[in-house]
Amino acid sequence: MKPALPVLLACLSLVGRVALAQSGSLIVPATIEAGSAFSIQCGGSGQATLYISGPGQLIKRDVQLGGSTWFPAGSLGNAGHYVVFLSSSSASESGSMDVLPAEKPADLTFIAKPSRLPVALHGAITGAVYVFDSYRNLINKPKSVSFELSNPSSPTQTHVVQTRYGAAWTQMDSSPHEGKDQFVARVENVSSTRIVSQVPGDPCSLKMYAKPAGKKVQLQTDPVRDCSGNAVPDGTIVTFTESYDNSKSTVDVPLKRGVASIEMPAHPGATLSVASGVVLGNQIRWNQ
Amino acid sequence: MIRGPLLAISIAAATVALIVIGTIWPFASAAAYASGEHFGGSSSTPEGAVQGLGDEIRAQAWDRAYSSLANKTEFSEAQFRRDLTSAYPDLLTYASLNSFEVRPEHATATEADVQFIMQWSTVVGPSEVSRDLHLVKNSSQWQVEWPIQKVPIVPPQVIPVNYLRWDVIYRTAGDDWGAQDVEAPHVRIVNMHPVQRAEGLVLLGELLNEDVVPAYVSVSATLLSKDQKPIDTEASFDKISHQLLPKQVTPFLIRFPNVSLSEVGSVRMNPFSTLVSASADPVIEIENEKLNPAPDASLTGQLTNQSGQIANVAHVLGTFYDKSGQVVWVGDQYVDHALLPQTPVSFNIHIPEDLARKVSSERTVVSTFSFGGSE
Repeated sequence: MKPALPVLLACLSLVGRVALAQSGSLIVPATIEAGSAFSIQCGGSGQATLYISGPGQLIKRDVQLGGSTWFPAGSLGNAGHYVVFLSSSSASESGSMDVLPAEKPADLTFIAKPSRLPVALHGAITGAVYVFDSYRNLINKPKSVSFELSNPSSPTQTHVVQTRYGAAWTQMDSSPHEGKDQFVARVENVSSTRIVSQVPGDPCSLKMYAKPAGKKVQLQTDPVRDCSGNAVPDGTIVTFTESYDNSKSTVDVPLKRGVASIEMPAHPGATLSVASGVVLGNQIRWNQ
Repeated sequence: MIRGPLLAISIAAATVALIVIGTIWPFASAAAYASGEHFGGSSSTPEGAVQGLGDEIRAQAWDRAYSSLANKTEFSEAQFRRDLTSAYPDLLTYASLNSFEVRPEHATATEADVQFIMQWSTVVGPSEVSRDLHLVKNSSQWQVEWPIQKVPIVPPQVIPVNYLRWDVIYRTAGDDWGAQDVEAPHVRIVNMHPVQRAEGLVLLGELLNEDVVPAYVSVSATLLSKDQKPIDTEASFDKISHQLLPKQVTPFLIRFPNVSLSEVGSVRMNPFSTLVSASADPVIEIENEKLNPAPDASLTGQLTNQSGQIANVAHVLGTFYDKSGQVVWVGDQYVDHALLPQTPVSFNIHIPEDLARKVSSERTVVSTFSFGGSE
C-alpha cells in the first residue's frame, strides 16, 4: 500500500492547486524552525484530513475546518521543503512551507587530522567542523567556530572561523614540545575535543661512545633527542656498524630508556659508526 | 543409460591394470620402503652408497639411513635426525627433501670424497644444503661417514628480558564517523632505481619508517607508458622486510617480467603501511658481513641472536650500492636454522655476476619470525 501514497499525494497536489486557486482558505506558515510548534489555519466548515509531507516525514491529521490546527514542538524535525494537503469531501487544497534548521547548535562533528605527527611542523594539523542542531540538521547560517590547540607546555593556539554552508576548517602548527595536545572546536556552548599526539622528530646530533667490555667493545649512545630537545621514544631503531679489514658487522638496536647499547666484537683498527633512519651520528676508530 | 555402467567397468578395469603393473614392476624406492630393504643405490660404488642414503633421507627412513652410516657410533639416530631436520622448529622442520645431487670429488680403492647437495622444499621455496661426505670401503661395501653437525642445545635457564612492545586499539564500529582512528604509520621511499635485467624490469629501492610506531609495510608500483597508460602493476611480495620498527629502513625489489625499460614513461609508487602490534625483540646482530667478488659473488656473514627468544625463521635482505650510493641490487636468503641465543648462524646471499663488479658497499637487514609469537 505504501507505494500508492506518493501517487495519492501527487494527485491531491494537482487537485489542490486548482482548489487553492478557487478558495485560498488554507493558511500555512512560509517557514518554521525545526522542532518548533506551529499552526495551520483551514477555512470552511465540516471535517477534513490534513497531510504534511516532507523529507523523511509524513503527518496525517483529521481536522475541523474553520479553525487552526495546532502542532506541538517537535512535530517536524527534519529541515527541508514540506507540502501540505487538505482534503475534504467537497474540495482539496494545498500549500507548502520550509522547515529551517534551528538557530541553536546542539552538536558538532569535528574531524582532526592527523592524530599523530612530529613536533614543530607548520600548518600540519587540520580541523574541520560541521555544525548541527538538535535534530541533526546542518546549520547553514554562519556561526563562529573557535578552534583551540593547547598543551601544558606551549601557548594555546586559537583560530576563530565563520562557518560557510555549515562547515568551517582551519590549520594549526604542531608545538615544539611532545605530548598529547587537546584540540577543541567550540560553537557557542557546544564543543568537541580531539587528542593530537605530538611526537619527537628525527634524532638530532646522534652521538655514541665506546668502551672495552672484555673481548668485546661496548657501544652506547648518549640519550637520543630530536632537534627540539624531546627524548626520542623507546623502540626507535639505532644502527651500529663496525667496519674492519674488508668486513662489516651491523646491528639494529631499539632504544631502551632513551639510549641504545650493544656489545660488538672488538677488532683493533675498526671504524665504529652509528645511525638512525637517515640521520648519521659520529664515528669512532677503535685502537685497543 | 548405458554410459554409467560402461564408465564404472572402465574405471574398475584401469584400476586392476594399474595394480598389476605396480606389483610386477614396482618403483624402486616404494618397493624398498615396503620391504624394509635398502633403496635403489648400490653400495658397491661411492656414488651408489650416497644415492641410497639420499633416497632413505628423502623417504624419511631415518633408522635405515642411520644404520647405513660408517660412523654411527659417534652419534645417536636422534642426533642424526636433528642434524637434518633441526632440534628447534625452523624451515627444515616442515621441509621435505625434493631431490639431491651426488658429485664425486676424489676416490681411492678404500676411500672417497663426495659432495652431497640436497634440495629441500620449504614453505618459502627451495633451500639448498650441501655436505661434503667422506666414504670408506668396508669389505665390498661403501659406507658414508656422516659429517655430523651437532646442534647446540640452549641450556634451561631464565633470561630476563625488558623488551618493548606496542599494542594497538583501533576504533570500533560504534564510534562517531568523525571520531579519530589511530593514524597509520608515516613511511617514505628514500631511494628508488630501475634496473633492466634479461627477464624484465626490476625496481629497487628503500623504504623508511619515519614514525615512532611500528609499521607493517609493503610497496607496489605501476609502470606507465609514455602516453601515461598503465603497463603493469606488481608488488614487492617477500623481497622486503614487512615489519619496520621506528626509523628502520628496508630494501625492496619489485619484478616486472617481460617489460623493457624503454617502454616505460613513468612509475607510480604506492607504499602501504598499517599499524601493527609488534615487539622490539629479538635483536639480531649481523657479524662478519663480507662482499665476496666474482665468480660466485656473494654477501656472507653470521647472524647472532642477542636476545633470549628463539627466532625460528630469519630472512636476510642485502642492499647493494655502487660507488655513488645508488642501489644496484637487492638479494635475500631465508636462513633454514633457528637462531638460538648467542649462537651464530651463517648466511650467504648470491649476487648476480654481471652486477657484482658494480657493487661497492652493502647494507644488511634481518627480519625474524618466532613460532607462537609475533614477528
